[in-house]
Amino acid sequence: MFEVLILTLDSTVRLSTPLLLACLAGLYSERSGVVDIGLEGKMLGAAFGAGAVAYITANAWLGLMAGIAVSVALGLLHGFASISNRGNQIVSGVAINFLAAGLTALLGQTWFQQGGRTPSLPDGGRFRDIVWPFAEQIREVPFIGPLYGELISGHNILVYAAFLAVPLTWWVLFRSRFGLRLRAVGESPAAVDTAGISVTWLRYRAVIACGILCGFAGAYLSIAQGSGFGVNMTAGKGFIALAALIFAKWRPASAMFACLLFGFLDAVSIRMQGQELPGIGEIPVQFFQALPYILTVILLAGFIGKAIPPKAAGIPYLKERS
Amino acid sequence: MNSGQLPRWVDFGLIPFLNLAAAFLVSGLVVVLIGENPLEAVKILVWGSLGYGEGIGFTLFYATNFIFTGLAVAVAFHAGLFNIGGEGQAYIGGLGVAFACLALDHYVPWYVTLPFAILGSALMGAAWALIPGWLQATRGSHVVITTIMFNFIASSLMVYLLNNILKKPGSMQSETRTFEEGGRLPFLNDIFPSFGFGYAPVNLSLFVALGACVLVWLLIWRTKLGFEIRSFGANATAAVYAGISPVKTIVVTMLISGGLAGMMAINEIMGSQHRLLIDFVTGYGFVGIAVALMGRAHPVGIVLASVLFGMLYQGGAELSFEMPSITRDMIIVIQGLVILFAGALEHMFRPTIVRLFTPSRALKAKEA
Repeated sequence: MFEVLILTLDSTVRLSTPLLLACLAGLYSERSGVVDIGLEGKMLGAAFGAGAVAYITANAWLGLMAGIAVSVALGLLHGFASISNRGNQIVSGVAINFLAAGLTALLGQTWFQQGGRTPSLPDGGRFRDIVWPFAEQIREVPFIGPLYGELISGHNILVYAAFLAVPLTWWVLFRSRFGLRLRAVGESPAAVDTAGISVTWLRYRAVIACGILCGFAGAYLSIAQGSGFGVNMTAGKGFIALAALIFAKWRPASAMFACLLFGFLDAVSIRMQGQELPGIGEIPVQFFQALPYILTVILLAGFIGKAIPPKAAGIPYLKERS
Repeated sequence: MNSGQLPRWVDFGLIPFLNLAAAFLVSGLVVVLIGENPLEAVKILVWGSLGYGEGIGFTLFYATNFIFTGLAVAVAFHAGLFNIGGEGQAYIGGLGVAFACLALDHYVPWYVTLPFAILGSALMGAAWALIPGWLQATRGSHVVITTIMFNFIASSLMVYLLNNILKKPGSMQSETRTFEEGGRLPFLNDIFPSFGFGYAPVNLSLFVALGACVLVWLLIWRTKLGFEIRSFGANATAAVYAGISPVKTIVVTMLISGGLAGMMAINEIMGSQHRLLIDFVTGYGFVGIAVALMGRAHPVGIVLASVLFGMLYQGGAELSFEMPSITRDMIIVIQGLVILFAGALEHMFRPTIVRLFTPSRALKAKEA
């Protein structure tokens, strides 16, 4: 029983990682007042960029850089449309999702001729699992052994990066001057503008930060968890991340717990497939898949406490009336 | 920089045209990037979609889907709501069509089944939009987020229903049984053989879609409810002061919008597939966003935009056949670019255009 729990938690961590990275990405953007439903597209673009470059160069780090570059480019496009041109942020996000879905499949097919997939990555092209010191030696120790050996040790570097990004994000947003301004611009851009700080530049930095983290999330999918890019490999994870962001009420630590919860539901649904629960019978796997979305709707309805978004989220800022 | 500064034809003709042209220009660049000739590609695309009867038939078939989902998004736009859940609403709408057809197809001809199918799809689609609408109206949860969530919930629900409850006994496929004659809409090819639509599944629901366009036009511009919807969309605060109930407006608009999206299933389920199956919506709900943006939320514009997207779908299929390196994903790219330029970047060209038009208008003012 304990072993099953550890294994489930282990896959929870693996499944939560891309959600967490994308969720923190959304946190920067939305805290600055730029709603981003293009997380899915940015992740997908990054996964493709990372997979393609990691395959060609056989270097996972270059792959990661490429993923980040693609994602930041899409983020800048979102910024250009919704910050500079004051376009509708939702529409822009939808466009980015379409562009990423189409371009990755199209270019993947043109470049690699494998139905949009990238070929399997060569040896150096993947982030391998890191085995922590003494993990093997203490594996036999009851309780501590599996906990340390399975759960803490044996993940790739992006997993650790994701969980380190949580305190870092907290510090940036709530303890640094940049973070204070970033949050302020999401609540009251006019006040920030009056203080002589550029709303535009602040928001651009926020969407760049969002792009970087989405780049990590996408790279995780194609060159850490997977061994290459597959068509539509994000499969809605960007939207679950968005749900987690709302669930976490736009706070970093809560974001981590929300992503762990959603990852756990995913892990359980995989483990429960075809298994009977005593007294209840078999719970359809689709129920677990829908649960993150159902929970988010219930939360949005205000039944689990109120989720109040940043006040200026979704509203383009107009410096002066013309 | 509001619309009043420009002549109407510029606002409703030139600027959308420029946005569209920009989208297609970039699409052409993508084709060049792949290493194909974009002009050749356009030729294949236009010929494949309009060059012969069957191609036209397929174009109209796809256009029928887009008219429904486009109208759905447009009606919500008028109330300032962004219904991004057409995908889920259409999917659930399929249930309504399937229920009507499965229950009636053995006993009555299609023209008796059709009203029930329309009612069923509209009711199911509306029901799926009700909760997001109601939550926005009464609890302030944003309709964009809830409808996205409802798309995913719909997808899980339908997979469950088709795998466990509605599945044809003894079948491996996740789908209902095939409808009998009484659950099938006639193909236009059988009604008008002289058009030569061939095997194109374009069917009578095209006329249902056009009827829906007329009704939406009447609703939005000729009824009290439509006036309330537009007032609420233009300025919610002022509308509330004028005695328009925000809860009623939001909920009713979302019901209409969801109902229209649900009706898309008539074309796919009763008109073409003749059975309820997994993933029959495949993005038509999202394309509705592009259609509504391009059609400027007006039924006439939506019909034109739907035909254009129908051409893209059918011509794109032809294109991927003739130029294998341009896969059907190219259509998704073009859609993304259209949404980007016609939607998110719609104001990009406006300042330049206003500058271009201001001197001539000023001159005219002097003469007068």
